[in-house]
Amino acid sequence: MKDPKQDLAEIKSMMERSSRFLSLSGMSGVLAGFYALIGATMAYYWLYFPNPPFGDGQFSHLGGGILTNLILTGLVVLSLSIVTAWILSEKKSKRTSNQLWTPAGKRFIQSLFFPVTIGGLFCFALLHQGFSIFIPSTMLIFYGLGLLNASHFTLNDIKYLGYGQAILGIIASFFPAYGLVIWALGFGVLHIIYGSMMYLKYDK
Amino acid sequence: MKGTYDKAFENVIRLKVMSILMVNEQYDFNSFKELLEVTDGNLASHLRNLENQAYIRVEKSFVGRKPMTSYMATHEGKKAFQAHLAFLENLINENK
Repeated sequence: MKDPKQDLAEIKSMMERSSRFLSLSGMSGVLAGFYALIGATMAYYWLYFPNPPFGDGQFSHLGGGILTNLILTGLVVLSLSIVTAWILSEKKSKRTSNQLWTPAGKRFIQSLFFPVTIGGLFCFALLHQGFSIFIPSTMLIFYGLGLLNASHFTLNDIKYLGYGQAILGIIASFFPAYGLVIWALGFGVLHIIYGSMMYLKYDK
Repeated sequence: MKGTYDKAFENVIRLKVMSILMVNEQYDFNSFKELLEVTDGNLASHLRNLENQAYIRVEKSFVGRKPMTSYMATHEGKKAFQAHLAFLENLINENK
């Protein structure tokens, strides 16, 4: 009979590799945070400049041009983040010789993007009905819940990012005037903190 | 001594297959192949072996036009695996 310790190690490794998406790159979280901060800074210039980055949140001067710019910026930040995560995760999976597209990877994507897509559609409804002040909080809440949902299928640490985003979302919903600042804290600063922690812990 | 050593899990491929099926409701042939990095024939023979002992169950279906073969652990398979795991753990504890 072989070494039972080795057998146990094999069992543990197979259970993890088959049920969790382990290739998610920490650096992609850091970069996503920077994209979000750049996007938030642009939004600040359109919405508040030269005043401080908060206000009554009614966006009285929210013309059609600014609105289009904001939506486009949001979509660009989202696409850049996804593409970055994709490329860096592919690299990481090659380096660790794990497969990128395991059944666990697919489940991770599904469990993250279902709540996020629903949240995105809800944001368009808010915009349409004139409740745009709640968009930053809605984005944070749905993204946070998506992360919590997806944490079953990847490194468990991501659930703390999820808690952080959801809590910031609730705060933003009570203080909608600070929506943009809190959004930048969540999507920008939290991503950078989480991404660098994951990078130091798993990727180095 | 607690647990039972199960000959079915003496082979490392079968041990890995069962470990995967303990934490995944089902797992398909191609994903097994990629994760375990084994040839079709080798994997198929080990899967058949586990199936013959009624430790796993096969389900064939179609995704679009592509046939897909999925496997899941049976109740007996899970019990046998847990007994095997208990045996290994005991062995390690006793030799400490």
